Amino acid sequence: MSVTAVHSLWTTTAAEGIDKIQAPKIEYAQLAPVLIVLGAAVVGILLEAFVPRKGRYYAQLFLSVVALAAAFAAVVALAAGGYGSTKAHLAAMGAIAVDGPALFLQGVILLTSVVAVFTFAERRLDPVSHGARIDSFAAEGASVPGSEGEKAAVKAGFTTTEVFPIMMFAVAGMLVFPAANDLLTLFIALEVFSLPLYLLCALARRKRLMSQEAAVKYFLLGAFSSAFLLFGVALLYGYAGSVSYARIAAVVDGSVGTVDPVLADTMGNDALLLIGGAMILMGLLFKVGAVPFHMWTPDVYQGAPTPVTGFMAAATKVAAFGALLRLLYVVLPGLRWDFRPVMFGVAILTMLFGAVVAITQTDIKRLLAYSSIAHAGFILAGVIAMSDDGISSVLFYLAAYSFVTVGAFAVVTLVRDAGGEATHLSKWAGLGRRSPLVAAVFAVFLLAFAGIPLTSGFSGKFAVFKAAADGGAGALVVVGVISSAIAAFFYIRVIVLMFFSEPKADGPTVAVPSPLTMATIGVGVAVTLVLGLAPQYFLDLASQAGVFVR
Amino acid sequence: MENLIALLIAAPLLGAGLLLCGGRRLDRVGHILGTLLAAASFVIGVVLFADMLGRSGDDRALHQHLFSWIPVESFQADIAFQLDQLSMTFVLLITGVGTLIHIYSIGYMEHDERRRRFFGYLNLFLAAMLLLVLADNYLLLYFGWEGVGLASYLLIGFWQHKPSAATAAKKAFLVNRVGDMGLSIAIMLMFTTFGTFAFGPVLESTGQASSGTITGIGLMLLLAACGKSAQVPLQSWLGDAMEGPTPVSALIHAATMVTAGVYLITRSGAIFNASPDAQLVVVIVGAVTLLFGAIVGCAKDDIKKALAGSTMSQIGYMILAAGLGPIGYVFAIMHLVTHGFFKAGLFLGAGSVMHGMNDEVDMRKYGGLRKYMPVTFVTFGLGYLAIIGFPGLSGFWSKDKIIEAAFAKGGTEGWILGAVTLLGAALTAYYMTRVMLMTFFGEKRWQPDAEGNEPKPHESPKSMTIPMIVLAFGSVFAGGLFSLNESFVKWLEPVTQFEHGHPPISAAAVTTLTVVVLLIGVGVAYLQYGRKPVPVTAPRGSLVTRAARRDLLQDDFNHVVLVRGGEHLTRSLVYVDHTLVDGVVNGTAASFGGLSGRLRKLQNGYARSYAVSMFGGTAVLIAATLLMRAV
Repeated sequence: MSVTAVHSLWTTTAAEGIDKIQAPKIEYAQLAPVLIVLGAAVVGILLEAFVPRKGRYYAQLFLSVVALAAAFAAVVALAAGGYGSTKAHLAAMGAIAVDGPALFLQGVILLTSVVAVFTFAERRLDPVSHGARIDSFAAEGASVPGSEGEKAAVKAGFTTTEVFPIMMFAVAGMLVFPAANDLLTLFIALEVFSLPLYLLCALARRKRLMSQEAAVKYFLLGAFSSAFLLFGVALLYGYAGSVSYARIAAVVDGSVGTVDPVLADTMGNDALLLIGGAMILMGLLFKVGAVPFHMWTPDVYQGAPTPVTGFMAAATKVAAFGALLRLLYVVLPGLRWDFRPVMFGVAILTMLFGAVVAITQTDIKRLLAYSSIAHAGFILAGVIAMSDDGISSVLFYLAAYSFVTVGAFAVVTLVRDAGGEATHLSKWAGLGRRSPLVAAVFAVFLLAFAGIPLTSGFSGKFAVFKAAADGGAGALVVVGVISSAIAAFFYIRVIVLMFFSEPKADGPTVAVPSPLTMATIGVGVAVTLVLGLAPQYFLDLASQAGVFVR
Repeated sequence: MENLIALLIAAPLLGAGLLLCGGRRLDRVGHILGTLLAAASFVIGVVLFADMLGRSGDDRALHQHLFSWIPVESFQADIAFQLDQLSMTFVLLITGVGTLIHIYSIGYMEHDERRRRFFGYLNLFLAAMLLLVLADNYLLLYFGWEGVGLASYLLIGFWQHKPSAATAAKKAFLVNRVGDMGLSIAIMLMFTTFGTFAFGPVLESTGQASSGTITGIGLMLLLAACGKSAQVPLQSWLGDAMEGPTPVSALIHAATMVTAGVYLITRSGAIFNASPDAQLVVVIVGAVTLLFGAIVGCAKDDIKKALAGSTMSQIGYMILAAGLGPIGYVFAIMHLVTHGFFKAGLFLGAGSVMHGMNDEVDMRKYGGLRKYMPVTFVTFGLGYLAIIGFPGLSGFWSKDKIIEAAFAKGGTEGWILGAVTLLGAALTAYYMTRVMLMTFFGEKRWQPDAEGNEPKPHESPKSMTIPMIVLAFGSVFAGGLFSLNESFVKWLEPVTQFEHGHPPISAAAVTTLTVVVLLIGVGVAYLQYGRKPVPVTAPRGSLVTRAARRDLLQDDFNHVVLVRGGEHLTRSLVYVDHTLVDGVVNGTAASFGGLSGRLRKLQNGYARSYAVSMFGGTAVLIAATLLMRAV
């Protein structure tokens, strides 16, 4: 071939163009909440590099809170601008939905994250060591536990301020997760928020080995479940020829007839659809902690630094249920009769298993972990309703539950003895006599978990059970109520333990926290009571937000 | 004019609020304030009465709708009043006698530290009682009904430092709960049957309900009436209620509250007219109580308890008359009003005697008091003549009519009822003569009290005697006034209906018989207590006397049947609870605990096991999904 020919080939190709790559259309304003948080995370990393060690804590705390507040303001502005209802649409070439459920859940995640950041930043619980105030995180994450390096880091008064940008990355992923409108975005968002969480779990200052063990388990099992999810994505692509939710839904409906010639063998093959759908479901059920994919929960909740546990328990659940709702209501509504019985079984197992196993727990963090499993079951009941009420009740439940959770774990950080947090239940005996206020606050959270009226737990549980019953899942409601009765036992038992047992002589002390943790707990109590006493406004809000854009 | 109705209630309610919440600042003026507000209510009542007289018979009822109380779809409860001739009668009686007793209490309670509170309770009672008779629906009536029950409880136990008073208050409250339960059930039945509580719609549509339902409602209303009006079988509280201060006994436990049962039955006349079975039970209750109370009254040495027995018996007359239907309603109410006068007068007289005798209540320690307390003697005497039915006085007119109506019931029932009422009249004459003789005649049998103070009987102050004199006028003239030209019958007829009864023997014969039995009763009492000296310690007496002294064993009966029975029931329930219920509960808890212990072993800490669980779970998930599609 001559040079000209080659040249001509070059130029022809360039001139005619196979297909010009079109610049994607990005609606920056509508993605502002995610972008602000991501930007803050990047800036936070830079701060680590450039700000002197002394100033990092304040700079990071300031940056995180401002970024989260700004992102929340952006969410509110979008909602006020009608993006939650009339102007709801798909942004970023259809990859991200800007609609009622997305904005509602993003708002909840951001608010939860703000109060969680406060617990991350708490530095008054432990006495000053080597002239430095210390928080819940390891002095130097990279040092081997018990090594000379660690001792040196402690002596130097190091703190891991990287937790703030790490958390910001996680928050950004969680913001995208419930809004993801194609399977790849879903997967990427999952990884974006999971990896920082694995990292955060490993960073406990005390009981570092346990913390690292938890992180490793979480990472291994998380990777395992991600693999399932990714495989499911592939199968669904094979089925529909697309990863877009709208497109898959259309193929399921049968409203798309054109077959991609490359996929002619597989497209429309229902086996792919069902297996792929089940695998993606499994990935999401893993994140919400549903039985039998729950087993990481107690170990990780117990091992992770308690502020991280609170954040993860609240925000992850919100994000994962958001994604689950969107998947079931937008992609697979045509398959509700295929997946409903399976989901039924999962919900029943989850509720009963969580409640029953929690009975014999002796560690408060593990107890709350099993409690969160039972709650995942209750929320699943609302998801299964497959109705508008189902969506709005789940939204409300998530909002109510997340604040109770962050607040409860914040209280757990306060009860301490020489070895750090005193999480063994026997240490909590008689706490109500010694610290009536802290015990009373914790009792409020426990009552909310148990779903006692006048707390948000009751309003939420009532909403999901009502939606489930109206949606024809009466049996589920019966199991739910029985599980609630079983669950009430261990919640009330803690209250009895706190208020009606003699305090132990060498019992733990209750640390006086800084205003940061007080704010977290105060917000938790306030939300719990407001949503319990006057839930109507928020129920209305949730029901207005309960429409997915398709 | 109808806007005044709410003011009737508001005046004493305001008094109650001020006196009970006002604190010590009002101690000095509290009694005056309470009395003035009661009087204000009476004046409003009189104004309304005058206004009512200005209109023709069928046009006299006034209605006032104050506000919607509980509006919930078809459940509409209103605060609304109805003032017709029946309510008007009660309003005048309650506020009139009430005001007099307020005045009397100023003197009677003069030395009591808690006088302000006492007047507060009295005002509260007036407000509740007026609410009861002015309500235009059963739910509001129930409100008033419970209100008077509360006031009664508070006033019986007013001297709560005495254990007997505290116990008596509790007893009254508890026994009344039984009756109140009847009223609430009746109201619920009405609502489910007629869909409303209002008197008008309920009473007009009695024909639409099945006879069983109507009888049920009637019997439940009767149960309520039995509780409030101390009728058998719920009579046991009234005697003990005499532990309260005497003005309370006069106002609440003689003149007004205890007659609420008669009001209820008369007001619900349409229901009873539609159910002969319920009416029959009403008549039986009335007849039994009439004799029961009279027999108890014959044996009591405590002057107030003797009068309490008499009250029970006289209300028995009224209930009996109300059970006779349209031939009796008017006379039930007429006897109620005349009884209000003379029984209140008698109680005030008894209070005056006690006031002069160091609060001694045992008539065996009285005697010869007529010289020392002339005003009390004369007013009490006139009340006495009225209650026994001495010709021409109030009691004669009303009781005679009831006896006639009882005969007019017809058939065997008529004869039996006639005989019972006549026997009751004889007993009334007997026990009242006995009270009269033991108190005011014979020798002095005065004893020093516990602290050794010799009684120095004296006439009571003016504030006490004037109300007694006013009531004595009522005792003498009210009955005649009502019977003149059948004015009372014509007054009430538009509300309660009226039929002339036709007794099998002539009215004149009935009257003659009444007078004859009256003379026999008086004569026997005179022979026993007038001719012979009265022993200071009561003789052992016959079996009947001893039973009557113990209130015909009512408390023993209640103890054996209800208390013991209740104890056995609760004990067996506790047993079942401990063995069966706790067994099931603890067994369930234990089995869940065991399950939990086994399940937690699955959580072994190995990531590989967790992964297997996830893998297996996913496999099951997929298999189940495919299976669902296959089937």
